[in-house]
Amino acid sequence: MQFHTFSSPHVHNGNSVPAVMRDVLLAVSPGAALMVYFFGWGVFFNLLISSVTAVAAEALVVKLRGREVGPVLADHSALVTAVLLALALPPLVPWWVPFLGALFAIVLAKHLYGGLGYNPFNPAMVGFVMLLIAFPKQMTLWTPPAGLDQQRLDFTETAACIFTHRLPEGLDYDAVTLATPLDKVKTDLGTGRTLREILTAPTFGTLAGVGWEWANLAYLLGGLWLIHRRRIAWQIPAGMLGSLFLVSLVFYGYDSDNYASPLFHLLSGAAMLGAFFIATDPVTAATTPRGRLWYGAGIGLIVYVIRTWGGYPDGVAFGVLLMNMAAPTLDHYTQPRVYGARR
Amino acid sequence: MTTTVDYKRIAIDGFWDNNPALVQLLGMCPMLAVTSTAVNGLGLGLATTLTLVLSNGLVSLIRNIVRPEVRIPTFVLIIASVVTVIELLMNAYVHELYTILGIFVPLIVTNCSIIGRAEAFASKHALLPSLVDGLTMGLGFTAVLFTLGMLREFVGQGTVFSQFHLLFGEAVRGWSTTVLTHYEGFLVAVLPPGAFFGLGLLIALKNLVDARRARRAHRRAARAGAPAAA
Repeated sequence: MQFHTFSSPHVHNGNSVPAVMRDVLLAVSPGAALMVYFFGWGVFFNLLISSVTAVAAEALVVKLRGREVGPVLADHSALVTAVLLALALPPLVPWWVPFLGALFAIVLAKHLYGGLGYNPFNPAMVGFVMLLIAFPKQMTLWTPPAGLDQQRLDFTETAACIFTHRLPEGLDYDAVTLATPLDKVKTDLGTGRTLREILTAPTFGTLAGVGWEWANLAYLLGGLWLIHRRRIAWQIPAGMLGSLFLVSLVFYGYDSDNYASPLFHLLSGAAMLGAFFIATDPVTAATTPRGRLWYGAGIGLIVYVIRTWGGYPDGVAFGVLLMNMAAPTLDHYTQPRVYGARR
Repeated sequence: MTTTVDYKRIAIDGFWDNNPALVQLLGMCPMLAVTSTAVNGLGLGLATTLTLVLSNGLVSLIRNIVRPEVRIPTFVLIIASVVTVIELLMNAYVHELYTILGIFVPLIVTNCSIIGRAEAFASKHALLPSLVDGLTMGLGFTAVLFTLGMLREFVGQGTVFSQFHLLFGEAVRGWSTTVLTHYEGFLVAVLPPGAFFGLGLLIALKNLVDARRARRAHRRAARAGAPAAA
């Protein structure tokens, strides 16, 4: 009689790449649905174009690299990249903006570095930053959220705008777009107005910007569900939202006329989407528990700095990319103590 | 040295096998900074080529006089004098291009590929091989600068050969063609990140060609060797 002894690990937590990616897609969908509701069909078209491009590009590159296409596509990672990129894009961008962004993200940022697991930078954010730098004009084409729009474009009108650059008779881009709350706060503060005056504008709702507050809360819920399912580490969102909260609280307490409230910062722009879905990318984030806290805290700080003093209205993409660069160093200095070893 | 000099080898090294821009990765700063258009790349490339030829020649002439302990400062002085001459020449004859290239013309002094060739080649070889080495290395560098400039100009603003009259006079003003009409531009290509992406892709392309050639040579050798083995 022979007894086999197996080496550790003895218990598997059930995480696999396809399962994690499926859950991420599921968790992001309420927020995505709210974005479509508030900002119109443009969001839907962005999701569609970006996803089709990303999956096609992934299949093409994997084929060129002489690997099997099926298993690579089955892990859904290209789809997650595409969805995150699309949710960051303004709804009325021409069709080639999500197309180029997804192509750039998958081919240059992901596969030229070796594919899933080897890319040092978050592909979706590389694609987004490339678009932001290359097409600054198109990247401001945000529609007004539902409730604030006098001229809402229906499905066919949105399609015409995105694919042929044509708007309905008598309308121009100024009539169908509106500055985002973060953008408005930034430009209005620049003209010397105080926050109390600015926040009376119709763009702002009860918590933060109209529409944005609900989308961010939906992302928060989805993210909490992912943490509950242990698909993402809690340290990264906690670090990011915590540092964003603390820094904005300090400045808000110091001068509430010129610095927006912590609540506004947490529920504006890509704060929640970034904290739970973008920064938690397992490939490009830090991997040690303490390292993840620092990694998230760094992103939160950079987001606040860029939003308050920088040239762009939001800074999640830049924060994530900059901290991607720091992740290996953070991992090096935050190695956990091996059980039984001395400090 | 009594061995015969293999000029073909020197030329192949300069253009391809040991290309300063694609293989040695020297002189990155001007290469990334000025290649936003083809004419800028070509102008700086030609200026660098002239510097390389003259400095290689001078270094080769004095190679047996200067003591090894002080050779590097001497090379730097020679290169700096040559660059000063070229800077004045460019200011006189291609003034507009000179103002566009700005600080990068005097900065040719600090281009490592020049002192690299002085130290690695000219200080060890006779005058003629040194001149040939300077010329081919310079032209190899220019070719990459020009290609990268073409790529970035085309992708970035949809034109080819724009502003070529800055270098070749009014006769070629008509060369400037807008290939992509109604093109809104792809700003990243013109900005510094585009230079890094463009150069990375060019290096990848060169490595791809090399790998293909090596594979083909291998197969040919195998085919030639097979009957003999059988």
